[in-house]
Amino acid sequence: MPEALADLVAAARGGDKSAFDELVRETFSGTYTLAYRLVGDEEDARDVVQEAYLRAYRGLKNFRGDAQFTTWLYRITANCASTHLSRRGRHRHEEMPDDDFVPDTHLVGDPAAQSEVTALRAELNVALQALPPKLRSVVVLRDVYDLSHEAIAVELGISESAAKVRLHRARRQLRERLFPLPGEEGASHAV
Amino acid sequence: MQCEDLTGLASAMAGDDQTELLTIQAQAHLDSCLRCQAEIAQYRKLIKALHVLRSEVFVPAPGFLNDVLISLEEAGERGGLRLLLGGRKAAYAGGLAMATAAGAAGVIVLVSRSRQRRMGLAS
Repeated sequence: MPEALADLVAAARGGDKSAFDELVRETFSGTYTLAYRLVGDEEDARDVVQEAYLRAYRGLKNFRGDAQFTTWLYRITANCASTHLSRRGRHRHEEMPDDDFVPDTHLVGDPAAQSEVTALRAELNVALQALPPKLRSVVVLRDVYDLSHEAIAVELGISESAAKVRLHRARRQLRERLFPLPGEEGASHAV
Repeated sequence: MQCEDLTGLASAMAGDDQTELLTIQAQAHLDSCLRCQAEIAQYRKLIKALHVLRSEVFVPAPGFLNDVLISLEEAGERGGLRLLLGGRKAAYAGGLAMATAAGAAGVIVLVSRSRQRRMGLAS
């Protein structure tokens, strides 16, 4: 954990409300991005983020510090998103508006590579949003946020083997759509 | 061993979930089957692309950060109020208990005095 963040966590655990506010400011964008990826809707993502920070605030004393604070927060966010989705029972398949993206500054040197990566990202985001939420949650948490199978299973309230099966199904759908093998092109969806 | 038999393992093998042990037959098939090798390669591309998404940030509507901070503030105030009310409740309960005990003690004293008077008059 970065030292500044660790100091803030320690201060917040000691009851310093302004330190927790600062933690929110530091982690806000990442938490919102994860929530948005999981629920696929701006309004729902806002609800999830609010709930996640409230839970984090109330549960900060239970944070043992043996994981990164952001990982702990992402687990809470995943749990809130899962609860939110099951409560709403919605299955949206909306495309994310492009103007919400912040460009990756690592690729400024090579415009061709940048446009290729940007195009792939856009396709990937659309393909992710087209997945059923149950599959999307698992692949986002595992392959984008590196959460363990165990953590994913706990936060989504499913067994570890179910998490692995969902991951495989999600990856398969994404691969067939974005990286089809010869003969699969006809079966895959248009991107 | 057919390609279909290996399909379930391909995505796990492409990721870092390689705890799945390959049988000798599966490994032999994989070593000789270009299609399965290509499938694993495509999964690797996919997983790499997904990893890259981690650096991407979505920007929420302006003002939302303040909304979150305000809701935390309110939650903190509610928590404080709850503690305060919890403390007052205990104080009220304690006061009531003490008043009840004092009342009961008074009744006992009165009853015992009136008994003593009656006994004094009788004698």
